[in-house]
Amino acid sequence: MPKKITIEPVTRVEGHGKVTIHLDDNMNVVQSRLHIVEFRGFERFVQGRPYWEAPVLVQRLCGICPVSHHLAAAKAIDMIVGAGAGEGLTPTAEKMRRLMHYGQIFQSHTLHFFHLASPDLLFGIDADPAIRNIIGVAMENRELAVQGVMMRKFGQEVILATAGKKIHGTGAIPGGINKNLSPEERDRFLDGKAFPNIDQMIDWSLDALAFFKDYHKKNKDIIDNFARFPSSHLSLVRKDGALDLYHGVLRAVDAEGKVILHDVDYRDYLDYIAEEVRNWTYMKFPYLKKYGKKNGWYRVGPLARMNTADFIPTPLAQKEFEEFRAYSGGKPSNSSMHMHWARLIEILHAAEMMKELLHDPDLQGDDLVVTGEKQYEGIGLLEAPRGTLFHHYRINEQDQITMANLIVSTTNNNEPMNRAVEEVAKSYLNGQEKITEGMLNAVEVAIRAYDPCLSCATHALGKMPLEVTLVDNKGEMIDRKRTGS
Amino acid sequence: MNNEYITITIDDQEIKARPGEFIVAAARRNGIYIPTLCNMPGVHPAGSCRICTVYVNGRPMTSCTTPVAEGMEIETRSPDLEDFRRSVVELLFVEGNHFCPACEKSGNCELQALGYRLEMMAPRYPYQFPERDIDASWPKLIKDHNRCVLCKRCIRTILDEEGHHIFAFRYRGHNLQITIDPEYGKNLTDELAEKAAKNCPVGSLLYRGKHGFETPIGQRKYDKEPIGSDVEKLKKAKVS
Repeated sequence: MPKKITIEPVTRVEGHGKVTIHLDDNMNVVQSRLHIVEFRGFERFVQGRPYWEAPVLVQRLCGICPVSHHLAAAKAIDMIVGAGAGEGLTPTAEKMRRLMHYGQIFQSHTLHFFHLASPDLLFGIDADPAIRNIIGVAMENRELAVQGVMMRKFGQEVILATAGKKIHGTGAIPGGINKNLSPEERDRFLDGKAFPNIDQMIDWSLDALAFFKDYHKKNKDIIDNFARFPSSHLSLVRKDGALDLYHGVLRAVDAEGKVILHDVDYRDYLDYIAEEVRNWTYMKFPYLKKYGKKNGWYRVGPLARMNTADFIPTPLAQKEFEEFRAYSGGKPSNSSMHMHWARLIEILHAAEMMKELLHDPDLQGDDLVVTGEKQYEGIGLLEAPRGTLFHHYRINEQDQITMANLIVSTTNNNEPMNRAVEEVAKSYLNGQEKITEGMLNAVEVAIRAYDPCLSCATHALGKMPLEVTLVDNKGEMIDRKRTGS
Repeated sequence: MNNEYITITIDDQEIKARPGEFIVAAARRNGIYIPTLCNMPGVHPAGSCRICTVYVNGRPMTSCTTPVAEGMEIETRSPDLEDFRRSVVELLFVEGNHFCPACEKSGNCELQALGYRLEMMAPRYPYQFPERDIDASWPKLIKDHNRCVLCKRCIRTILDEEGHHIFAFRYRGHNLQITIDPEYGKNLTDELAEKAAKNCPVGSLLYRGKHGFETPIGQRKYDKEPIGSDVEKLKKAKVS
């Protein structure tokens, strides 16, 4: 009798989603889907608002990486006030925004690795869910948990100093920034009095990488082969091919590393990218137009960035990058779990970037805003922690937003996450007579690797109930299992 | 004997007041803060918001419209007055669409500051979520009716060079809204538009030339101290 398994909600991810897996008479997976069940509607209700509200309004999409939305919108609005696309700002404004952004990358990646993903690595995918969470991590490996908390704090403090608030600040304004970094604010990050300083952050980032690499050595099969599938990869890169999370040109490579989107100006994204709507989820499916709906999908995020960039412009991260690339023979890595590795390299890169910026006297400059001739359309892209983020606005003569199009990082990863779910569902569930909690967590682990922000909202720390329902093809419930509390 | 002053009692404290001045002004001069919203020092009162309600000889009166009189006994704080004021602020919040998170007036907004000062938690009344529009047709400012509390400050304080009122009310009842005179609105200069936005206690009038987000968090008016602190400092200064 055909059966359907539902995993709802998916835990230890940002936001709410569910997975359904359809099994045939022989308990083989015939179809699996990741459904995003919230509807947010920001693109619609930003309409009519004055354009300068956009960077502050749309960041409310998310409590984990609001800075990404804040800055992507600000970049788009820069164009509208005639300040150019990402390159026309004053050095103080651009560097303050970059510092904010790297602080954000640092805290968000840290949150994901330590709080959401490490329980799976530390205890195993099929460990008891009662200990397979951040509290379990704190009990088992106190040092690791404390480092995670302190690293996240450091990133949040950087955001506070640049945006005015740790969550949902207002730093970026059309054409620039509303404050510089005072010497006192700067010194807090260097002297280590209030919290561990930037050098400690770099050391801990290296420790986290060492922890992961050690785990990798002992668990090659799961890290290399779990949810592995070929795909294209897309991200921004700096014009010279360097990893750059704030600004650049769009590049995509295929599974073998061949460049299929050649460093194009992101303002032309509509020429290259389209979105498909499917009737079972609120999340759209973007694809490269040239390759069509079926083959044009791609991955974004830390893994994609390691695959598209030619180098990393900070020395320690560059060394790790070389090791990463060498491991897959100089070709793109297509292993979902390498996403964690890539994310840790980016944590290190973000720490190095913050150090560089904190020592840059431009941050104490007073020239904060530039404006030029008003435009009626603005497009802003950046690399958010979870991948390429697109913000696109049009305004009318009266300064009101008439159109907003947001392609959020997780949306770009929609098809890859569905592939990952299918891949894991097939290898873990096919032909099994009994479905265990561990098998279902494996499905979640695959999704978790992408650090999805399903609604760009809050998350539940693995405490949400996991409900699994087995139903027959008439919709009748055969079995039901509930874990957590 | 000083003929310039009369004596009144506010919260068991005898103070000297000038004949003809309103209770709220006398209290203010003596470092006693009575929460207000529609009232502006130096501008003829409207008495529209009722937040400044106090007991005068045991009867509730709006202190912004009631002139002092010899021997008045005034009570400005009591649990029921505090709760009454909080309820008025709550009514204002539920009656409009006040989304502080994305409002550029946040941190400089008197309604928000009163909410904090009066320790408003969730409103006791149901949100109305009224359908209101934004009028962006004027070149110098944007009028967002979602946030308007109908205090009439713009109507009372923004006049063109010839003394014509630029703002006015239109419609009635729950449809009441501020409007800009189609004729005199043409006299709305940058200076007047900026003044209108500044005088607006909420984020209903937005001057196009300067946006609230340009002031960093931490440097906005009510980031530094709660609303009313400026008045209360007068008292501390007198005592010391």
